Amino acid sequence: MAHYIVTHKTEYVYKEPIALCHNIARLIPRSVNGQVCTMSEIVITPEPDTYKRYEDFFGNHLAYFAIEQDHIKLTVTVTSDIQITPAILEFHEYPTTPWEEEAKNIIANVEEHMDIRQYILPTDMTVITKDVRDYALQSFTPGRSFFEASHDLMKRIYKDFQFKPGLTTVSTPVQETLRLRKGVCQDFAHLAITCIRSLGLPAKYISGYIETIKKPGKAKLVGADASHAWFSVYIPGTGWVDFDPTNNHMPTHQHITIGWGRDYADIAPLKGIILSSRPHKLNVSVDVKRID
Amino acid sequence: MTAGTQEALFQNYISNNYSYDELLGDDGILRPHWQTFFNSFSQLGPGQIQERAQDILRFLKENGVTYNVYGDDPNGVNRPWNLDSIPFMIGEQEWNKIERGLIQRATLFDIILKDLYGERLLIKQGLLPLELIYHHTGFLRQCSGIKLTGKHSLTLYSADMARSPDGKIWVLNDRTQAPSGSGYALENRTAVARIFPELFNGLKVRHLSPYFIALRSSLESLAPSKALNPRIVILTPGPSNETYFEHSYLSSYLGYTLVQGEDLMVKDNFVWLKTIGGLEKVDVIIRRVDDVYCDPLELRQDSRLGVSGLLQAIRSGNVAIANPLGSSILENPGIMGFLPKLARHLLGEDLILPTIASWWCGQPHELNFVLDNIEKLVVKRIYRESRISTSVNTANLTKDALEQLKKNIKAQPHMYVGQEKIAFSSTPSLIGGNIEPRNVLFRSFLVSSGDTYTCMTGGLGRTSAEPGNFVISNQLGGISKDTWIISPEPGYTLSSKKDVLKTITPSSTGVLPSHTAENLFWVGRYVERVLGNARFQRTVMQFVTEGNRLQFDADIETEQKLLQALTDYTCTYPGFTGDEAEENFKDPWPELTDIIFNVERQGSLSYNFSLFTKAVNTVRDHWSTDTWRVLKGMEDDWEAAANSQLTNFRMISALDNLITSMVAFIGLNRESISREQGWVLLDTGRKIEQSLLLINVLQSTLTEIASEEVEYNLQEAVLKSHETLMNFRYKYKVHIQLPLVIELMLLDPTNPRSLMYQLERLKAYLSSLPKTKKDYSLERHERLILEAFTLLKLADKDHLAKPDEKTGTHKNLEDLFDELRSLLSAIPMVISRKYFKHAQGQKQLFASEDDTTI
Repeated sequence: MAHYIVTHKTEYVYKEPIALCHNIARLIPRSVNGQVCTMSEIVITPEPDTYKRYEDFFGNHLAYFAIEQDHIKLTVTVTSDIQITPAILEFHEYPTTPWEEEAKNIIANVEEHMDIRQYILPTDMTVITKDVRDYALQSFTPGRSFFEASHDLMKRIYKDFQFKPGLTTVSTPVQETLRLRKGVCQDFAHLAITCIRSLGLPAKYISGYIETIKKPGKAKLVGADASHAWFSVYIPGTGWVDFDPTNNHMPTHQHITIGWGRDYADIAPLKGIILSSRPHKLNVSVDVKRID
Repeated sequence: MTAGTQEALFQNYISNNYSYDELLGDDGILRPHWQTFFNSFSQLGPGQIQERAQDILRFLKENGVTYNVYGDDPNGVNRPWNLDSIPFMIGEQEWNKIERGLIQRATLFDIILKDLYGERLLIKQGLLPLELIYHHTGFLRQCSGIKLTGKHSLTLYSADMARSPDGKIWVLNDRTQAPSGSGYALENRTAVARIFPELFNGLKVRHLSPYFIALRSSLESLAPSKALNPRIVILTPGPSNETYFEHSYLSSYLGYTLVQGEDLMVKDNFVWLKTIGGLEKVDVIIRRVDDVYCDPLELRQDSRLGVSGLLQAIRSGNVAIANPLGSSILENPGIMGFLPKLARHLLGEDLILPTIASWWCGQPHELNFVLDNIEKLVVKRIYRESRISTSVNTANLTKDALEQLKKNIKAQPHMYVGQEKIAFSSTPSLIGGNIEPRNVLFRSFLVSSGDTYTCMTGGLGRTSAEPGNFVISNQLGGISKDTWIISPEPGYTLSSKKDVLKTITPSSTGVLPSHTAENLFWVGRYVERVLGNARFQRTVMQFVTEGNRLQFDADIETEQKLLQALTDYTCTYPGFTGDEAEENFKDPWPELTDIIFNVERQGSLSYNFSLFTKAVNTVRDHWSTDTWRVLKGMEDDWEAAANSQLTNFRMISALDNLITSMVAFIGLNRESISREQGWVLLDTGRKIEQSLLLINVLQSTLTEIASEEVEYNLQEAVLKSHETLMNFRYKYKVHIQLPLVIELMLLDPTNPRSLMYQLERLKAYLSSLPKTKKDYSLERHERLILEAFTLLKLADKDHLAKPDEKTGTHKNLEDLFDELRSLLSAIPMVISRKYFKHAQGQKQLFASEDDTTI
């Protein structure tokens, strides 16, 4: 078991006083299989005039808040207490049904797979092209199991793509990532999801954190961690299985899930609208502290 | 009607055999209501009919009825509405069935809508495929679980219908998001009733008003607070929207404020209207903005048409919106094929009105059918993408295009629907003086009304531009038709008066949206800019035409000084100043013509006139019919003048006409502009512009010292261009001299052209704007005007007229102008910041855009 305190601080600094802002934060981790979020506290300064917490369509925790007084700085700090007890399966424990069969199984069972089927459809951020499908088919060879093919896809993305921040944005199309062969975790997750959907199989986008291990002999820097993203596929009989193509790793106790959606747009951590035409400065720091 | 006239009337009416004919029964004899109609029609005679048909078009044009066409076509914006003199008629008995069918359909869609945003049992039970719903852009996950009060979620519904060759009425399209057309239907009825009252003789045509009465009470019942006088607003995307005319028409007809997204804001989870008097709570929004554009926070982030936080306010139940966000999911041709089953499952009934046969390709069997029969079908995508035609008539495709379409369908089958092609019945239409058959479709409108729906007894008929064409679209230039429901029973008589609801003026003053206030302010400024330019240009041109130009040095000098002053006045540099001046002085006409008619040239009269018409259009709900008539006449005349070869004399009369119309426009507004504060803003704009222009013209003509003759000429020109020459002669009975000109043009509060007169008015208008200060201290704009006013009040004409040898000017006068200008030009900025402050841009914040991720 792993026990974490995650502190995620976002700070906006404006060039002029902002009289009104509306924001939506999806920063409160959900409790999922193997992960329990015992406490999550959100502190906003200045204190919001309107604040509401509820669950969205996908069951993610969502906080809406509005600040209706002049402010030149907005800080949102979320502190969450997370315990993870991963259920780790051995490779041979996953079903060996060919992925082509699984695609048919999922469609056939309407009521049971109703929630699942929405993750098969492409979205604006996961546009299926021939190139994507061709890339996917190299892992999804005929008769291979869904698990094995997905695992291979993760491995290939890790191998074929270079991790390079600053090159892409949240709206970089998958086709572009495929051409660049570079990107960050969001790009890799979107690429993998699109590949899997191009074959008529369900995949979702996971937003969360990852514990980074300190370098030997050095104290871990507070705030040096970051938000992270990976993908998950639905294997009938097993359920959702996560893959992290950025690290070529199946998440166990070092990945903390905030929530999920069909793509980034469904689970963007924080977004807001202000009335201003001048630029703003943004500082984000994440600290994943392991307790035991 | 004698056989002879009937024959003459129908000599061009060739009925197509392939489709049902509205006019003739199976026996080839006129249907009874058409018989009655054509009796009246033929009694008018061909001459009258032609004239009245023209009258209809003029009536609509003068009422500003337009339909905007998107695209680069400069004539696309504000295209005049086209209305056929002959209505589309439906007998009462047939109508009853249609009405029942539409109510059933609205009820069915309402249940589906509630389910899709609630438990989604229809999907769980396999009655609607998940992909058909979840992949439609109109399925807004953000709206799931929102609880709406009231019996119906779907407040408004409308359907496009047509008659097939076998005489049956079919539903072609369902409109559930923001159905448009009811305003056009009403305006069509008004036009026909006004211009062809005789045509109603002997026919009981049902009224349209019950629909609007039901609409009003339905909207009021949506108000969350159950307030006595709920504030209802119409949310429009703005003047460039295709049906903007209708938005503003319904706004004045129903008495609801017309707003754009930036007029509203969400605070404390309530929606507020930004008015110049402060914030006013909004209870109900009728939206004409597509749902995904309504809230940039939760829906399309790039939208400038919505209100940030709106969904939160809706979710909290603090504001109601019709139709609810997410209702465009029902505008989905893929659902059509499932309706018969849904009707039986949900209502235990069969569909009363048949729906055009549809095959959703998301199902293997249907996919194969569509692919095999594609040549015979119309292929549609399940959702409309704005401005792109989503419907393909496969008969018009090349072989390659057809193959490509098949490929696209196979790649994303759930995105496509195949529909059978149906021929529409033809109906008599008056085309170029002849009666010809045209294919017709019509739209009817329903509104939730207690436990049921109220259907408009009438509707909007539309016919194709050419005979035999089944693609009917306003974008493609179709012709509209009034739709008459003919009742055999007594009790329904037409009275156009009864058809018009009492128009309610917004109850309290102070509900002028800031944005509208700003536009009215600019209308005021442009009115005076156009008027001032036209007057001064006219004076200069008269001098150039009439002066014995080459004989007297003084005249030549005056002329040059006037031309320079004109360049200063209009800011059309270099013009008559700078290097090209000499050339232009030799023959001033090309330059004079250019600064009048060259619409591309900043500062020209045409340029300012175009800004004026643009500003006028953005607040079109504020102008009365009479005002529109003047505006449209003015636009037409000006356009005609600009496009013709004009002699100098005709150019001057074009200016005369423009001035007369503009004065009429100002005069009419005094009578008609409904909101008191709107009038104040418009007048504030006018007075600021007038003052600044007056200062400019006086400074460039009076301050420089010149020969006595030249000064005299210039002073005379100034008086003339301000229509004050007669006044001067009457008042002073001496020859023109500077101190008296100063007195009359600057200081005399009784001369409506003087600066003092403008400042006095401006002072009064500015102090009547809503105050924000609680004590007796002055607002900043009040201080500015008071200072300017005092400065002028304390001025002395003889002191001002004193020449200053050193500078070669009347320096005191020059200084006064400079001071006044700087005070007055600060006022618009101050007002703008205080009352129009919405103008701030909106910006999105994203944490992750420049976030660090691994």
